[in-house]
Parts: sequence; C-alpha cells; structure tokens
Amino acid sequence: MATILINGGRIIDPSQGLDQVGDLWISRGRILPMGGGFDDAEVVIDARGMIVCPGLIDIHVHLREPGNEEDETIATGAAAALAGGVTSVACMPNTIPAIDTQAAAEFILLQAQRARQANVFPVGAVSKGRQGAELAELGQLVAGGAVAFTDDGAPVASADLMRRALQYSRMFDRVIMQHCQVPELTVGGVMNEGIESMRLGLGGMPAAAEDIMVARDIRLAEITGGRIHIQHISTARSVELVREGKRRGVRVTAEACPHHFSLTDENLRTFDSNFKMNPPLRTWSDVEAVIGGLKDNTIEFIATDHAPHAREKKMREIDQAPFGIVGLETLVPITAKALIESGHLTWPEAIAKMSCNPAVLLGLVDKGTLRGGADADVTIIDPETRWTIDPAEFRSKSKNTPFGGWEVNARAHTVIVGGEVRYTRGGIVQHAGASVPA
Amino acid sequence: MTATNHAETAAAVWTRKHLLGLEELSAEEITAILDTAESFAEVSTRSRKKVPALQGRIVFNLFFENSTRTRTSFSLAAKRLSADTQDFTASASSLSKGESFIDTARNIEAMGADILVIRHPTPGTPHLLSQHVDCAIINAGDGAHEHPTQALLDLMTIRRARGKIEGLSVCLLGDIAHSRVARSNIHALKKLGAHVILCGPPTLVPRGWERFGCEVVHQLDEVLPRCDVMNVLRIQFERQQRGLFPSVSEYSQFYMMTKDRIRLGKPDLLLLAPGPINRGVELTPEVADGPNSAILDQVANGLAIRMAVLYLLSGRIEAGSRHRD
Repeated sequence: MATILINGGRIIDPSQGLDQVGDLWISRGRILPMGGGFDDAEVVIDARGMIVCPGLIDIHVHLREPGNEEDETIATGAAAALAGGVTSVACMPNTIPAIDTQAAAEFILLQAQRARQANVFPVGAVSKGRQGAELAELGQLVAGGAVAFTDDGAPVASADLMRRALQYSRMFDRVIMQHCQVPELTVGGVMNEGIESMRLGLGGMPAAAEDIMVARDIRLAEITGGRIHIQHISTARSVELVREGKRRGVRVTAEACPHHFSLTDENLRTFDSNFKMNPPLRTWSDVEAVIGGLKDNTIEFIATDHAPHAREKKMREIDQAPFGIVGLETLVPITAKALIESGHLTWPEAIAKMSCNPAVLLGLVDKGTLRGGADADVTIIDPETRWTIDPAEFRSKSKNTPFGGWEVNARAHTVIVGGEVRYTRGGIVQHAGASVPA
Repeated sequence: MTATNHAETAAAVWTRKHLLGLEELSAEEITAILDTAESFAEVSTRSRKKVPALQGRIVFNLFFENSTRTRTSFSLAAKRLSADTQDFTASASSLSKGESFIDTARNIEAMGADILVIRHPTPGTPHLLSQHVDCAIINAGDGAHEHPTQALLDLMTIRRARGKIEGLSVCLLGDIAHSRVARSNIHALKKLGAHVILCGPPTLVPRGWERFGCEVVHQLDEVLPRCDVMNVLRIQFERQQRGLFPSVSEYSQFYMMTKDRIRLGKPDLLLLAPGPINRGVELTPEVADGPNSAILDQVANGLAIRMAVLYLLSGRIEAGSRHRD
C-alpha cells in the first residue's frame, strides 16, 4: 500500500478541532500523526487551495440491493458515494428481502468488499421483515455487522414495539433510527399539507404527522434509556422537540437532508416528481428552523437519504411516482451552497456533521478523524470550482435529482479509502518518481 | 361580422400553446376566451351550426377518467369547428400495468393529433404531458387541481345573466378541498374582481383557504342573503366513507339548496351546478328546475367555451407551423 503525501491543503479535522494549512501523510492504510512523514512519497497529491478532511460518512442511503438492482446496486451506489466525496455509507434495510438477519447483513458487506468502492455499513431492520410486529434478531444483526437499526422506508408505527426496540438495543449500545411519521395521517399524501397542496389539489402530509411521532419517540427513549435517532427531520416543531429533549438529557439525535434545507413545497408547482420525497419538502419557515437546528447543533448530522429510482418508475403521474431522490453526488455542493456559502455554517462545522459525528453515532472508532493511526479515509474537496450539476454524469444508476442544472461551487475532487486513491477528477495526483514540492 | 372575424380580435390577446389551468392566465386572457365564446354562442343559434375554422385538424379526447358530458361537449365543439375528432378512453389503472400514459399520448400524437383534450385523475398530468408531446393540450380536469373550461363556462353564464363579474359575491358550496371546479373558479373569479365565498363543513373546507383571498363560511344560512351567485358543487359519496362528514342526510340538512333556502337569498340569486347533480342531496329537484337555476344555460355555454378554446389554440398551431416553414 502506497505512501501518500497530501501536500499543502487546508486540513480540517473537527475531531481534533484542527483547521490549518499543512501536509497530511498516509502510510499502510493509516493516517500518520500530524507533523510526521518521510523523505519520499509514492503518491503526491497537490492539495493547495483545497480542503482536506476525514472521509465523509453518510448515515442514510438506500442501495436497493438485493431486490431492486434496476435502481441501484451496492457497487454503483458505493461508486456514487466516492464521486460525492463519501467514503462510508450506512445503508437502509428496506431491500427485498429486508436486511433483518445476520446473513442478510453479511451479504451487504460481501458485496461492498467485491465492489471496492466506498465502505458500506448495513443498518439492520428493527422488526422481522420490516413488518412492524416482532423484533428482528438484533443481536445476530450486530454480529453480522449492523451498525444501527431502523425500519426506514416506513416508521415503526407501534409504540409498544418502539419501546421494546429502544430497551433491547441498549444491550449493544446501538441507536434506533426512526422515520418519524404517524402513518394514518399521511394516507394518500404526495406532498406537504398546506397552502401549496391546496393550490395543486394533491394529497397532503401534515407536519403534525412527523411532530407527533418525534414527540412520542423522544418520550419512549426517555423512559427506556435507549438511543433514538430522528431521520431526515423536516419540520420546525420537530426541531424544537429534539432541542427540548436534548436539554432534558434524553439520548436523542437528528439528521437533516440537503433537500430539506434548500427546497420547499413551492417547488411542487412544477409537478416534477423529483420534488416528491418522504418526508415531503416543507415550507420556508421549516427550512429556516432546520437551518437553525444545524447551526445550534440540535441537528448533528447531514445525511442524504439517497433514494435511487429508475427513470421509468419516477417519470409517472406524480401520485404514482415513488418518493425520494438521489443525493450522494450532490451532498457537498448543495451543503456548501445552502449552508456554507450563505454563511450559516463554517466548513469545519459542516464537515463535523458528515464525519466525526456520524462515526461516533455508529461506533466507527477509526473513521471520521485524521488522528494518527486512524483509517486512511480522506476526502479532498475543491471549494471553489464553478460547475453545473448534470444528472447524466452521475455514477449512481438512477438520475432522479431535483438539482439538475444548478450552478454550484464545491465538489469532491479526490477520495482516498483505506489508503488507496479510489476517486479523482485528475490533475493533482502524481505517482512515484515525482519529486516532493519544497 | 362573422363569428370567426369577431373572435380574431380576441385571438390577438391569446399567445399560449396550451390551456393547462386558469391560475396562470391574466384577466385579459380569461376575458378574451369569454368574448370569443360569445361569438361562437351565436353560431349555435343558426340552422347550420358548423364553421370551417378547424378543418383538417384532429382533436383527440384522451380520457383516463369517466366523463360523459365534458367529453361530449368537447367532441361537439370540435365538430362544429369542422375538426376531425377521436375519443380514447382508458382507465388509468389498466394503463399503469403496461404502457405509461406518456407513451399513450405519444402514440396518439404520432397518429396526427393537433390538439389533445386530456382528463386524468392525477393533478399535473396535462403539465407533464406538455413536456413530452408537441401538440396543444387542453386540461379537461386533472384530479383535484383544475378544470378550466368548467370554470370558464360558469363565468360566461354569470356574465350573461348579470352583464359583469366584478363586484359580485359568488359562493362555491360543498366539497372545496377535493374540487378542481372550485380551484379553477377561485382563480378566475378573483382575477375578474368577484368576491369569492367558500362554504361547506370544515372537513371539506379546511383552514387555509383564506390565504387565496376567499371568505370561508361554514354556515350556509348566514351567508346566503349576501350572495349573488351560488355554485353548488357535487358531493362525492366516497368522502362520507372516508369520514369527512357523518352522513349524506346530515350534509343535506346543512348544505342542500332547498326552496326555503332560496327564499333566504336575494330574489335574483343565480344558481349554478357543474353536475352531474345529485337531486335531493345538493339541491332539491324544484330548485334545480326552478327560476333561479341556470344549469341548462351552463351546458349550452360550455359548448361555446370549448369552441372558443379550441379555436384560440388552433390559431397558435397555425402560427407554429408557419414558423417551421
């Protein structure tokens, strides 16, 4: 495994509170302690003008394999992750069959090894078959590599099952991730319920459907001592509930998706199904509340909810098109545009929500950091390169994005996983023989 | 002056390729359609009811949802303009098993259609289609979103009865939440300066409609004396099964237009109903057939409105093909 020198970049490592221009060395798949290094490197990466940070970790992606390989496979999804600057993903269990057994979790790991792209960590189902009735074999799932549990795609509707899951999962100190929504309040829903759904005559999904479930689950986490993680938080009231729960010491965390801090339900006026997601795009005041939650760290994670759907499924009447958009390859530019360039977060604050925070949440001890000895997963971001998002260039098998045609400024340039350069846009990576710049 | 000559004046205002909804139209554009329709209403009074305006054009009725009256009205309107017409009816559910509705529309376009009249249970379907085919598209009802020609014929009926729209108080009564007729009426009436009142139970007229500039009232008897026009929307019985009101009988008790309620209103209260009407639910037979009712005028005006819309859109096709040459 090559010795790599990443030369002259702005090294941002929130796990150590580090933000400085300098050199980063990698040897034998590990990060070398800051200041350490050799006389020669087999690979030299000229990172001047770029951000060098721990490999990004996306805690919420759908890879569709097994069962819906027409939408995405573990290989194509993990390749899309790299192109987006993401070195590790946590994949949701709503596959066919569901990831609800040790064997199913191990299959994910095996396919990821074969693909040799980004690291893939399976999230196991909370209930058998994601049916919401009986607990899945959570302990065996942990043995198979599951890093968390969720029935995502659907909420755990039963309060009793959620209580048991929060209690039982304490045994492994794994978090329960919940798609928070009261199902009976969203039947027939296509978009956020409000003035825009009235205007368009489309079925509404009220913000209260999310708020009620968030309130319930925070209370259940409180009485059980379990860890609840609110996925893709989208409403102002939910953000307030999480903030208040944390203040009381409840073990609650929350993630936000780029589309929930950059788009609103007004976008549905185009009737474009690429604006149809679940939870739905909300109003400007919800967007502002989500950004507020990101700023005061009520929301410690940015995750994509990468949800690939083949074109023939998505290009349908809007009420029949499936929910969700791809997100891996737009994570960095949209986060930069909506949060950093607009002055809400600094680069270190945003990177923390995509690196060290996720590593802590999922218990990935040697990831999400540039400490000496950590896994050499490194993302190099060009923060100032004007480009236009073109879905045709995506590595993801599916192109369902609402961000096509957006003019953006930041982009993952080169990505190292386990000490290997697995993705680069070229021009800055020089191999053996090249001399180290003075 | 012939009907088509007269309509040409209005056609100067019209620059759109499609009629997808009334929300995006200006007051001038809506008035242009109404004025054009007036000249075509005259055609209907002749013994020979046909004009050659759309000779050689093909108008396709693409209906993914049941409709007899709207489809017939469009067919007849197209025939009076000398267009060839063809109906294509399919249930959206059977289509979903195989060919997508976009493929279906492309096939129909390949058969030479110039204008597609589309009805579909999903909002936005005409808009989606307009991005995938070249022909002109008329929205004949998309889910609960819009039904522009219905609202236009309602406006024409009001204008003919009262000579104006501006300043009138128009009440839309019933299931506003699920009604495309209500939405198209709200947009058009507001643009032309009417005061719009929405009346029905809060489950069918939920909070928020005030933000469209409408007055929301749940007690019909309170608002009746102030109304110049009462537009009685059809109530769909499946709404009761979904728990939005307790029973048809209770609904009728609060919201059915009866002879007694007509007495509460102004003597010249104009009563409209887009139909098909449920006699004994939304209105009693004596009210439906009584002196305030303009229900049959609406049907006649519907024909004139659809002729006007077909005529105005065909003018744009002409301009387009000249441009291509």
